[in-house]
Amino acid sequence: MSTLNTLLLGFISIVLINNLVFTKFLGICPYLGVSGRIDMAFGMGMAVTFVVTLSGTLTWLIDHLILMPTGLEVTRYVCFILVIAGAVQLVEMYVRKFFPSLYESFGIFLPLITTNCAILGLCLFINLWGIDKLLEAVVLSFGAGIGFTMAICIMAGIRENLNMADVPECLKGAPITLITAGLLTLAFMGFAGMIR
Amino acid sequence: MTNNGETTVGIYKETLLAGLWRENPVFRLLLGMCPTLAVTAAVKPALTMGLSVIFVLVCSNIVVSLMRNLLKPHLRILMFTLTIATFVTIADLFLKAFQPEMSETLGPYVPLIIVNCIIICRAEACASKNNLLVSIIDAVGMGVGFTLTLCVLAGVRELLSTGMIFEAKLMPDWFVPWAAMGMPVGAFITLGLLLGLVNILSKKKA
Repeated sequence: MSTLNTLLLGFISIVLINNLVFTKFLGICPYLGVSGRIDMAFGMGMAVTFVVTLSGTLTWLIDHLILMPTGLEVTRYVCFILVIAGAVQLVEMYVRKFFPSLYESFGIFLPLITTNCAILGLCLFINLWGIDKLLEAVVLSFGAGIGFTMAICIMAGIRENLNMADVPECLKGAPITLITAGLLTLAFMGFAGMIR
Repeated sequence: MTNNGETTVGIYKETLLAGLWRENPVFRLLLGMCPTLAVTAAVKPALTMGLSVIFVLVCSNIVVSLMRNLLKPHLRILMFTLTIATFVTIADLFLKAFQPEMSETLGPYVPLIIVNCIIICRAEACASKNNLLVSIIDAVGMGVGFTLTLCVLAGVRELLSTGMIFEAKLMPDWFVPWAAMGMPVGAFITLGLLLGLVNILSKKKA
């Protein structure tokens, strides 16, 4: 029961309270780049969720089973980035084979998931928070992906409507998106008191 | 880019200046947003971050430029990332050893330099096509441009959230510290407004 509780709390906390986009500023580039249309945002979110779950789990395993026993922590970053690059390659091949239209519309953003800070960031945070159970690491990684998807979809929904709004000339494009993101962050801060 | 005879110096100057304003990584290319937003709550971490980025950028541009003839198209990105990851590890260990407090404050954002788009972008767009000197100058220009941007943003935020910069009180007594500026909200909104300002300024120039 207590394990389940911890897992549930961890999941909620990473989705709502420690949301990577809103509180840790991770994954801002695709957040600004792809969030123009809601279906693309959702596809991107799903791809990121998959990669982040996979790489979060794998990096935890590598970290605990290979690097720590052999004292090779120095090479941690190099190993992490290799795992992520491999996972992204896998997703890219899968999407190109089975969803060619989605692949077309993603364009450059799909390989760019490799450099999505959310993924490496999460692997580092798992390491930093000292998560020592595999299950916890898996749940946290998955939650981080869900949190990212949620954030990017909310943003896409707002931006679809923002297109019709009368925005001052100089604020068009990225500036107004950032300001909107700021206001969203403010809303999400309301969750901060919920746990811990 | 070719460099023969009289245009050589011009190209170097051009490359250096491009990073500072015309192609400023943050304001113009919208690259490297994550660290920009995350470490700019105060000027000091922002400066440390900027210096680390300059170091990594220069080193990785040197290495990429030297091995540009060996690059295979499909393994390009992987080689870039591995080079960058190596130098970031060096920077991270250096900070941990000599600036432990700062390393604590920056936390995971130092290793996150690995996935900073600026560095990969410069490796791809400049260092893999140009000779050593141009690559180094480009790296310095871009790095300084990035650092300046970080410091401006951090300066605004620190001033408004605490009324102080580098522990020196700048605001009058009646100023009420604006705590929200130190939080994520402040980061997003300040950067948004700064981008708007840059848009206005560059339009006037044109």
